[in-house]
Amino acid sequence: MTRLPKILACAAATAFMATGAVAADLSIVHGSVGRDQEVLRSQLDKFEAETGNKVTIVSMPESTTDQFGQYKLWLAAQSSDIDVYRLDVIWAPQLAQHFVDLKPHVDDIIEDFVPAAIESQTVDGKLVALPMFLGAPALYYRTDLLEKYGEKVPATWQELTDTAKKIMEEERATGNSDMYGFVFQGAAYEGLTCDAQEWVHSSGGGRIVELDGSIGINNPKAAAALDLAASWVGGIAPEGVLNYKEEDARGVFQSGKAVFMRNWNYAYALAAGDDSAVKGKFGVAVLPAGEGGESTATLGGWHLGVSKYSEHQEEAIKLVRFLNNYENQKERAIVTSRPPTLNAVYTDAEVGEKQEFIPLWKPVVDNALPRPSAATLRKYNEVSAAFWTAAHDTLSGKAPAAKNLAKLEAELKRLRGSRW
Amino acid sequence: MQKTTRRSRLSRQRLTAAWLFLSPMLIVLFVVAAWPLWRTVWFSFTDASLDLMSEARWVGFRNYLEYVDFGDGDGQYYGLLTDARWWRSVWNTVWFAVVSVSFETVFGLIIALVLNQQFFGRSLVRAAVLIPWAIPTIVSAKMWAWMMHDQFGILNDMFLRLGLISERIAWTASPDTAMVAVLIVDIWKTTPFMALLILAGLQMVPGDIYEAAHLDGIPATRIFRKITLPLIMPAVLVAVVFRALDALRIFDIVYVLTPNTDATRTMSVFARENLFDYDKFAYGSAASTLLFLTIALITVTFIMVTRMDLEGKRA
Repeated sequence: MTRLPKILACAAATAFMATGAVAADLSIVHGSVGRDQEVLRSQLDKFEAETGNKVTIVSMPESTTDQFGQYKLWLAAQSSDIDVYRLDVIWAPQLAQHFVDLKPHVDDIIEDFVPAAIESQTVDGKLVALPMFLGAPALYYRTDLLEKYGEKVPATWQELTDTAKKIMEEERATGNSDMYGFVFQGAAYEGLTCDAQEWVHSSGGGRIVELDGSIGINNPKAAAALDLAASWVGGIAPEGVLNYKEEDARGVFQSGKAVFMRNWNYAYALAAGDDSAVKGKFGVAVLPAGEGGESTATLGGWHLGVSKYSEHQEEAIKLVRFLNNYENQKERAIVTSRPPTLNAVYTDAEVGEKQEFIPLWKPVVDNALPRPSAATLRKYNEVSAAFWTAAHDTLSGKAPAAKNLAKLEAELKRLRGSRW
Repeated sequence: MQKTTRRSRLSRQRLTAAWLFLSPMLIVLFVVAAWPLWRTVWFSFTDASLDLMSEARWVGFRNYLEYVDFGDGDGQYYGLLTDARWWRSVWNTVWFAVVSVSFETVFGLIIALVLNQQFFGRSLVRAAVLIPWAIPTIVSAKMWAWMMHDQFGILNDMFLRLGLISERIAWTASPDTAMVAVLIVDIWKTTPFMALLILAGLQMVPGDIYEAAHLDGIPATRIFRKITLPLIMPAVLVAVVFRALDALRIFDIVYVLTPNTDATRTMSVFARENLFDYDKFAYGSAASTLLFLTIALITVTFIMVTRMDLEGKRA
């Protein structure tokens, strides 16, 4: 661009801004899993048509751990490139200072949201992000196979192990050599923290870090839960599960190669899609519990925050409100099977009809177990990494769980120091 | 006497001119290399965190080594130098560098010798060989990740069909094979680079030496050992240093291809993890500083041991 047109363009832009009629160019950043991006784009198109603003999607890798590193770089540089961030439910305590307090801007609608979701995004009275959709995993199972072998949906992890083993072996004996019993998220990343927290907590092994900041993870029940999980790898689960994230697990299940899968809600809409090999052949249930424990689902979810460094905060807030309105949440619930954050959508008749999963999951979401990000504050990522390392070391058979958990306990104590 | 002054005036002029021409490069070098390096070293002596860099305070050597007194008569050393994960990643890196560079040198040499022969379509083959090198690492790593996938990967499929394996191997996931997978991809990718550098060396060898050797009826292996190898040695050593420098910084293949575990974590991966994932920018800076020192040390040692001719005096 030569200088003159540039100056003219600047002048024109300034003139527009002065009249307040300017259409802003907004950017929204998020990591795409399943059909997230497709649906987001169509909703943004509606927003563009309604307001005249333009919104660009900046897409990120699937791994939430990877996303976080990049987000921190942008925020540390106080970059104005991104206006709206889609944030993982665990990040609010660590990133609060970089985001606009949304509370005054959503006062009129805040009562309509699931209280636990709002609470998870509130840090020192500041609403860091407006909840977009929640997550609570389900046990996906093959109805046809359970029926074929006269098995029922497992209620405990041990039952799951036995049922999966039986069906896998029988299926393989009949020539279905690619069949596996169970797939989950076993790569060393945040996803494994979620999975392993469920095994441990549902077996009565407590939380990674308790609410009051104390560390009790090194206990026999937790060790037993992890050891059981380790027995799956190379047995009912392919050895490759050690490097599986959400989409890897879904790929195996959806192509009909697994009896059970642990995955988030988004996988439901895809596995039930027309191009799915398991369409009409699978169901969902709450995750199994450990012996004498209760089923536990890790709270997940993604929420929309407006960057403090955005040059178009007003429009960005409008966008956040728009994406979270009833109509859009309902559409997401139906198309992507992501549990909404507005209470009313759960009881919407059309949602219940088209995505029967969603209303059933309201109690699961309400009781989902958060990860200890509120207790451990800025050290959460390291705590989580230490925990998933202990879990991954157990899964890959490097050492028995008891040894890894003892190491984890020492590591957590060192991280905590005198206080979190 | 007069002669000396004239020469010195001339050389002075040349010297001034040389510095004049060098200065833009030196300034650029300072801005893009020395300054960031100095910043990193400085941060390694502070308590900086990524989003609060401006509030960094000086803490001395604490990131490297520190004794923490628990207050009950007990205490323990902390810091990078006592961090088992750090030493594991140092070991991974060095092991990776030694193995990958060895294989790449041997394969590169063989390919270069073949490409140095006259045959039909040689230029086409030379260009084709470069393809793995031309593909961005991140792309080839992802490509291999799919090829090595335990369920959908073409590698397992081929081996199964050929009857080489009886069960699918989780190449990148299992701790036993993850490093092998990284090595395979790196060797595949970088051998062409070695071949090219060595080929350049081969083509500098004057053809009449070979003619003379042929006339004298010297066997081919002897020609290779006594003529070719010594003459291309400088080129090979330069190639090895270049590759070793690169290999010690290995990051992308490991990061994309394998799970983030002790089996494959290298120094760069360790540094990145602390710099960006954790709230420990200073600790990551300390790791980066040590990585820099390690590379510098190995390079200097290598250059001294092989008496590499960097000044070009012997040329």
